[in-house]
Amino acid sequence: MIVANRKPFEEIIEMLKPYSKILLLGCNECVTVCATGGSKEVAVLASEIRLYRQKEGKPVEIGEVTLERNCDPEYVESLKPFIHDYEVVLSMACGCGIQFVGEHYRDRLVLPAVNTTFYGVTEEHGVWTERCQGCGNCILHKTLGICPVTRCAKSIFNGPCGGSQGGKCEVDRDIPCAWHLIVDRYRELNMMDKYLEIQPMKDWSTSRDGGPRKRVREDLKI
Amino acid sequence: MSTQSNLERVLKSGTFAVTSECGPPRGADPEVVKKKGSYLLGYVDCVNVTDNQTSVVRMSSFSACLVLKGVGLDPIMQMVCRDRNRIAMQSDILGAAALGINNLLCLSGDHQKFGDHPTAKNVFDIDSIQLIQTVKGMRDEGRFISGQEVKGKPNIFIGCVENPFADPFEIRALRLAKKAAAGAQFVQTQCVFNVEKFEKWMEMVRDLGIHEKIHILAGITPMKSIGMAQYMKNSVPGMDVPEEQIERLKGVPKEKVTEEGIKIAVETIERVRAIKGVAGVHIMAIEWEEKVQEIVKAAGLHPRP
Amino acid sequence: MRLSYPTNVKIIKVPCTGRVDITHVLKAFEDGADGVYLVGCLEGDCHYLVGNIRAKKRVEYLKHILDECGVGGERVAMYNMSSAEGQRFAEVAREMTEKIRTLGPNPAKKEK
Repeated sequence: MIVANRKPFEEIIEMLKPYSKILLLGCNECVTVCATGGSKEVAVLASEIRLYRQKEGKPVEIGEVTLERNCDPEYVESLKPFIHDYEVVLSMACGCGIQFVGEHYRDRLVLPAVNTTFYGVTEEHGVWTERCQGCGNCILHKTLGICPVTRCAKSIFNGPCGGSQGGKCEVDRDIPCAWHLIVDRYRELNMMDKYLEIQPMKDWSTSRDGGPRKRVREDLKI
Repeated sequence: MSTQSNLERVLKSGTFAVTSECGPPRGADPEVVKKKGSYLLGYVDCVNVTDNQTSVVRMSSFSACLVLKGVGLDPIMQMVCRDRNRIAMQSDILGAAALGINNLLCLSGDHQKFGDHPTAKNVFDIDSIQLIQTVKGMRDEGRFISGQEVKGKPNIFIGCVENPFADPFEIRALRLAKKAAAGAQFVQTQCVFNVEKFEKWMEMVRDLGIHEKIHILAGITPMKSIGMAQYMKNSVPGMDVPEEQIERLKGVPKEKVTEEGIKIAVETIERVRAIKGVAGVHIMAIEWEEKVQEIVKAAGLHPRP
Repeated sequence: MRLSYPTNVKIIKVPCTGRVDITHVLKAFEDGADGVYLVGCLEGDCHYLVGNIRAKKRVEYLKHILDECGVGGERVAMYNMSSAEGQRFAEVAREMTEKIRTLGPNPAKKEK
């Protein structure tokens, strides 16, 4: 899923300063699962903003809507009947959703209430960690299911670097060293000889470095 | 084919080699570099010039290398993968070779989190082993990474680093084997304080026959103070400082601590020199370059060939 | 036990403090409450195993939210007691009322 963090409250309040009718938009997909921008978080943030603005003597009217998805036109279009009742949209969807809604309603600003952070998993209840960077050229078959591009702080292909200690990364002692995990896998699977193979340089052109990416399936186009 | 590297000449003659290190200043004054260089002239075979070590902005390794060359030293230009992509790296390799820099040390580089610009974007387009391959490819095959022809090959002696004290320990010799296979001709290790562990690593290295493929220089760092020893032990990632060594520094009167630190460094040189497969030492006297002469002399490694 | 406690405390009964959601408490503040406190069973005695532990965590989170928006985190609290502690219940009601009275009215209260 796409994992996001809510922006600091002061930053949100600052963005909302000129407005008194706000549509607070959530999303039922990834940001719901990572408890950042689902209907529940929309309700809490709406309440928090109302309390703050009431205290400041500048009350606001907030519409609370959570779309099934913010990254699909059919759901985004469902905002049409009422989006113009509001001066501005504050979105708790990921960066994709924020932009996509903005593209559909060009006379309304869509402000971000979250910082979109990574593609990750629910490691345990309330804990999400990163797994993928969408580099466009997967090598998980070579690194036995652990992605060094994402999970090594230096994206090293022939690790571990000299900062790996006790299975932890030098950058943060709470982060497992990706290459330590990979070496563990080599050992478990009796494949240590494979470790000696030098991994070739990566072709980054499939990654963001090659420019914005696009996928087309002609057979599905209407 | 040999390069013009003084270190290569010394190593190939079978003489126990001595290299040291010079950290460029955080400013544009070349005199600082010259001064550090003057302490080392005649006492080392080559001098490493760090590349924005610990991710702190300093005078570029490239320029400081040229300053040192000007005072008669043979510099080893360090190059980290953190700050440049493959285009910039290959360009700098050509430039260095063109201006008579004979040695290049290939490293991943410390993460920028530890430096003075933690908000910077890092590059890590290629890693240290791939950088070794790059230099070798340019020099021996006359090919850029792209496969296109290099017109005027850079004749550079290729070095790398390895940390025998990092984890997982079992792959630390294998990783050196990978670096040797990639084309590294010499390796300078992380500072050796735990000689027993280093011996164990060397045993693994010899079992794989790597010492016959690459010249191994053991890293030596004299402790300036008890505080420094404790900092190295507790706060520097991948550093192994045995408690006995700190106790030994604590056991001497305050004014004798630096002397004791130097004594330990000299003893360590003697101990690693006795290990089969160790071809030299790399003395990293951090911001203490003036002590290198004393250490080299005390270890009986002066004069240099 | 005919114990008296301050009349300004309005009791909302829930099956378990684990049922209390952050949005419920925020609504109470939006509707003008000056303070809200949860009274749950003793820790380890939850009929639903961990309802009161969850409530405790939510109260911590609520304090953070109320601090952020300027209402003040000290206006929420969590207490644990058994159903046999009537005395304690009355005492807590007085204690909380006193505390909120010192803090003054909810700054986000709407003009009536």
